[in-house]
Amino acid sequence: MPLLEIRDLCLDLHGTRVVDGLSLTLEPGQSLCLVGESGCGKSVTALSLARLLDSPPASYPRGEIHLAGQNVLQLDSRALRQLRGAVVSYVFQEPGASLNPILRVGSQIREALQIHRPEAANDDEVLRLLRLVGIPAPEMRARDYPHQLSGGMQQRLALALALATRPQLLVADEPTTALDVTIQAQIIDLLRRLQRELGMAILLITHNLGLVADVADHVAVMYAGEIVETGPPDSLLHDPSHPYTRALLASVPDLHTPVTRLLNIPGAVPTPGQWPPGCRFAPRCPISRPSCTQVHPQLLPDPHASPPGRLTRCPWTSPSTAVPG
Amino acid sequence: MPLLEVEQLKVHYPLRRGLLGRVVGTVKAVDGVDLTVNAAETVGLVGESGCGKSTLGRAILRLTPPTSGRVRFEQEDLLALSGRDLRARRRRIQMIFQDPFGSLDPRLTAGDSIGEALEIHRLTPHRTARSTRIAALLESVGLTAAHAQRYPQELSGGQRQRIGIARALAVEPRLMVCDEPVSALDVSVQAQVVNLLQDLQRSHGIAYLFISHDLAVVRHLCQRVAVMYLGRIVETGPTAEICTAPRHPYTQALLAAVPSLDPSRRLRRLLLPGEMPSPIHPPTGCPFHPRCPVAEARCRTETPLLRTSTDASHRVACHLVPSP
Ligand SMILES: Nc1ncnc2c1ncn2[C@@H]1O[C@H](COP(=O)(O)OP(=O)(O)O)[C@@H](O)[C@H]1O
Ligand SMILES: Nc1ncnc2c1ncn2[C@@H]1O[C@H](COP(=O)(O)OP(=O)(O)O)[C@@H](O)[C@H]1O
Ligand SMILES: [Mg+2]
Ligand SMILES: [Mg+2]
Repeated sequence: MPLLEIRDLCLDLHGTRVVDGLSLTLEPGQSLCLVGESGCGKSVTALSLARLLDSPPASYPRGEIHLAGQNVLQLDSRALRQLRGAVVSYVFQEPGASLNPILRVGSQIREALQIHRPEAANDDEVLRLLRLVGIPAPEMRARDYPHQLSGGMQQRLALALALATRPQLLVADEPTTALDVTIQAQIIDLLRRLQRELGMAILLITHNLGLVADVADHVAVMYAGEIVETGPPDSLLHDPSHPYTRALLASVPDLHTPVTRLLNIPGAVPTPGQWPPGCRFAPRCPISRPSCTQVHPQLLPDPHASPPGRLTRCPWTSPSTAVPG
Repeated sequence: MPLLEVEQLKVHYPLRRGLLGRVVGTVKAVDGVDLTVNAAETVGLVGESGCGKSTLGRAILRLTPPTSGRVRFEQEDLLALSGRDLRARRRRIQMIFQDPFGSLDPRLTAGDSIGEALEIHRLTPHRTARSTRIAALLESVGLTAAHAQRYPQELSGGQRQRIGIARALAVEPRLMVCDEPVSALDVSVQAQVVNLLQDLQRSHGIAYLFISHDLAVVRHLCQRVAVMYLGRIVETGPTAEICTAPRHPYTQALLAAVPSLDPSRRLRRLLLPGEMPSPIHPPTGCPFHPRCPVAEARCRTETPLLRTSTDASHRVACHLVPSP
């Protein structure tokens, strides 16, 4: 049984649709990357898993979220607290979002343990968690305040707090975007180790396609509130079938494969409430046809892709259809 | 003759403590940098945050006063100039920033912002000529004359960055210091701005000092690159050579940390341990030795100088890289 199953989820904020008919599954211990440019709905989807958006402005006119056997959109506030304490934890781009600036490092972790696993609220467990996330000299660091730590160390601390509840699912929303590449590599390495050693599932949100290749068992590409393509990372990144995925790949330089010019995708991601009819990428798409602006395409198996297990929203693309540069 | 020549530049900030702001030490943000930029060339400046990239960029324009060293631009010593001479020279060097929002006045329309730059430098004084010039500048950065009426808060991040570039272009610079100009932009917008910078270089012959922590963008855009660590340049040379055959252990580690879509690169990941130390208490000897996988005894005591390696254009500051 999947750990997480989202079916046809629709989310409105202030009455405007921001996530539209999104379906995803994640098996226990697996990792899923959600990629796409800003404003396409990645974070609000992730926050919905533990119902972390206030209602209002959030409402869910359609769809279901099943997490660890629970029907999340039907849970009362007590059951939601239980879910947040025992099933799913979050880390964000700014570690400060999870940290209490006036509590010492050790006390913060102890406090989290006190709430969720009181039997383990002791120094040994605090130090074990600090070591688990690779904080050097944990006995000394436990006495520091968060602001005395570097950005990378603060992110490790946020991870230690997230792990204190022994979650089955860790949601990491752009966890390395504010960090240097060297520190990013350390944190990504740590996430992979934690996934393997703790058997924890990871939902990683990123706009960095290189990280996807490093981390993901599965990838879902989002555009304007919906998934436009999903599949295993190697096949999806090397043989993308949706023109948006192709365009994204062609618009970022890769360190090891130089190109003379980056692809210019004209325009910008449309904001919620202004999604065009038909295919939402059509106005920017290099291969769009007249019918693209009329019919909203479904997410369907890609007949051209091998191995199977790939879904795409574009009916026109085959692996040989090149995107003109 | 290089367009810009920086020699042994140092910028030391006083470190202040307490209510009275007593000086208790120095932050050696830039500590003896040599750098050249040729006309119509793009030179990348890379390194982890806090290594001194922005300070170096600002010191070249004298936005931050250098402690010592020389900055020659078009054969003239900028640090020796003052008043009107300095203003006239400095006009030829412009700076663009990561957050154009921070550098644009929210009370001015885009057109007024550009007009202000023209006015400060007393270019195109006549009203009609000025609005024609503003429209032309907006078009050269991929916007339209209609954008002149917009306020910064009515524009997207990518459009604001274009306004910042148009404002810099207004005074016909020969060098632009670009401090992380695309770091805050989404990838598709980042590509648009990168392409624009390339086009402007081709049409206007502008040189760029391109500061970035994104090595893939630097490889794409720059002919030469300088790698900075704790206020010093540790390796510099042609970009393609540095990216494919780096010699300094720090450059090697930095490049290895960059995620790649190439699956064969993924497993060769070399993890650089620890973090860059504070420039308040820099390590003795080679600044990189505490994190270096191959450091030897003398690396802890002797500071290596930047010297030529395989050829004159490629220079490395490492005791363990043999001289030619
Ligand atoms: N609390 C909120 N109230 C209203 N709109 C929001 C809120 N949070 C996000 N949005 C809007 O929802 C859309 C999706 O946002 P988000 O999930 O943050 O995108 P992403 O994470 O993909 O960058 C955006 O248009 C954003 O402006
Ligand atoms: N105005 C200042 N006063 C004191 N220290 C500063 C100031 N500006 C920067 N620094 C310090 O100088 C060092 C280099 O900073 P900076 O040039 O911003 O690096 P980078 O741009 O590479 O991230 C850092 O240690 C930073 O904290
Ligand atoms: Mg987000
Ligand atoms: Mg900087």
